[in-house]
Amino acid sequence: MTDLTDLGVADIRNGVRAGTFSAREVATAFNANVAEAKALNAFLIDTPEHALAAADAIDAKRAAGEELPIMAGVPIGMKDLFCTVGVEARAASEILNGFKPTYESTVSQKLWDAGCGMLGKLNMDQFAMGSSNETSAFGNVISPWRRNDGGNAPLAPGGSSGGSSAAISARLCPAATGTDTGGSIRQPAAFTGISGIKPTYGRCSRWGVIAFASSLDQAGPMARDVRDCAIMLEAMSGFDPKDSTSLDLPVPNWEAGLSSNLKGKRVGIPKEYRMDGMNAEIAAIWDKGAEWLRDAGAEIVEVSLPHTRYALPAYYIIAPAEASSNLARYDGVRYGQRNLPDGAGLQDMYAATRAAGFGPEVKRRIMIGTYVLSAGFYDAYYTQAQKVRALIARDFAQVWEHCDVLLAPTAPSAAFGLGENSDDPIAMYLNDVFAVPASLAGLPAMSVPGGLDSQGLPLGLQIIGKPLDEQGVLNAGLAIEERAGFTARPGKWW
Amino acid sequence: MSVDSKTVKKIASLARIAMTDAEVEAMVPEFNGILGWVEQLGEVDVTGVEPMTAVIPNSLRLREDVVTDGNIRDHVLANAPAAEHGFFGVPKVIE
Repeated sequence: MTDLTDLGVADIRNGVRAGTFSAREVATAFNANVAEAKALNAFLIDTPEHALAAADAIDAKRAAGEELPIMAGVPIGMKDLFCTVGVEARAASEILNGFKPTYESTVSQKLWDAGCGMLGKLNMDQFAMGSSNETSAFGNVISPWRRNDGGNAPLAPGGSSGGSSAAISARLCPAATGTDTGGSIRQPAAFTGISGIKPTYGRCSRWGVIAFASSLDQAGPMARDVRDCAIMLEAMSGFDPKDSTSLDLPVPNWEAGLSSNLKGKRVGIPKEYRMDGMNAEIAAIWDKGAEWLRDAGAEIVEVSLPHTRYALPAYYIIAPAEASSNLARYDGVRYGQRNLPDGAGLQDMYAATRAAGFGPEVKRRIMIGTYVLSAGFYDAYYTQAQKVRALIARDFAQVWEHCDVLLAPTAPSAAFGLGENSDDPIAMYLNDVFAVPASLAGLPAMSVPGGLDSQGLPLGLQIIGKPLDEQGVLNAGLAIEERAGFTARPGKWW
Repeated sequence: MSVDSKTVKKIASLARIAMTDAEVEAMVPEFNGILGWVEQLGEVDVTGVEPMTAVIPNSLRLREDVVTDGNIRDHVLANAPAAEHGFFGVPKVIE
């Protein structure tokens, strides 16, 4: 019999619907993989009983002859940024120790309604701030991938959704939620040879998702292929009156709309993304991606996004500014950890709680954000960054007159070793150089595996689409997926 | 412009994060590194450009001005580190 944990979302759903296997068998198999993969540190909390209960509900529905929903019997991993009733949600930070939400995030509720169960809460960079999962308060996630040099150096699974990416590539779950503020779905997907899509800003409700930078945060699915992403995105999306920036639009049937025939489509290659000193293997996979899309019927055109080089510095003003405001709520009064030194007053309690509860990268960003919003500096930094952001969005708006989607690398390199970039914040920030522009403009963007580099590590290709054109992004992703034939997976060492 | 330890201390106080002198000293060069890097934005000509406020055109909705929730005190207090008598407990602020 097939190992059920080799199956993806579509195959599990179809098998459960057909009665080839039960949802309980699927949940049991994944629970076992989660339990024996502690060495990866991908899960912060295991919830095998949640996965089994959801599976039993689906099996009962099938037995009763009811129609099964679009993710029937699919157990998933839940990034620790999502609030789920009664299960600790900490955003991988000490400051939320003990916080058990009394409410359910809209996205997780939609996934339960679609037939999913939860295998556990996934590790991540603390408050989603990081690109390597090294800022988690609960230890690094170790990528299941290793270089082919026999050295076994532990590698980063990417970040901030590094628990999600590691768990999917190691077959601990067929799919997982991710969130993407400046590349946090796409870069970890690229590092681990899986797929992930950040939809248009506003597609997925932010309600019940612990906030980092509200004008950028978007949830999205991570899975092993494009079809699975399409299915899960459909389950996660939809209008939510509880999120003021939620888009009041119908959710397209993306799975049914999948087509890798790109005849008549134009694919833009943004020339500013070909940066000085670009890694040769990244440049090569990018060229190959363009060839694959041409083979699928698309016309390839060179386009220009002139303000690209300013995206990252603008992001590192805007995101910390929003974070400093959002994270002001962690005061030791309403939830999470409190530190009350002897004889301390209220202000001292706030300062002691936040000093003990936040990790170094979170503090760094709150401080930068506080500075750029402070009196006398607001216009020079924050307003200027918001104006540059408008120019970046305008670059994209103008480029859509010449093409339907853009093709670019997802990240400037393959996965790096843990500790290799952690001494220099700016070196770490540069990881998101290709991902951040689409985030600033609120555009849908996805990463799909393109191949392996000479070290045997996955490389991702990124497709960026017009606002609300997730279908165009998914279809181009599918065309690459069919031609790349990426079947590599990490050898099991954990 | 360059930031000194006095400024970092002031920012830490505004952000309500207690920092030791050693932590402040360590953050000064990091702060200057990041600020020096983002200052390249100053070279962009933004004449006539409005700062962006919404990435996808979307006007904020209004709803009826009526009470739509409430009576969930226990839920609200469930995670408080020091809830007392149905309130959030904090250290004494008035002598």
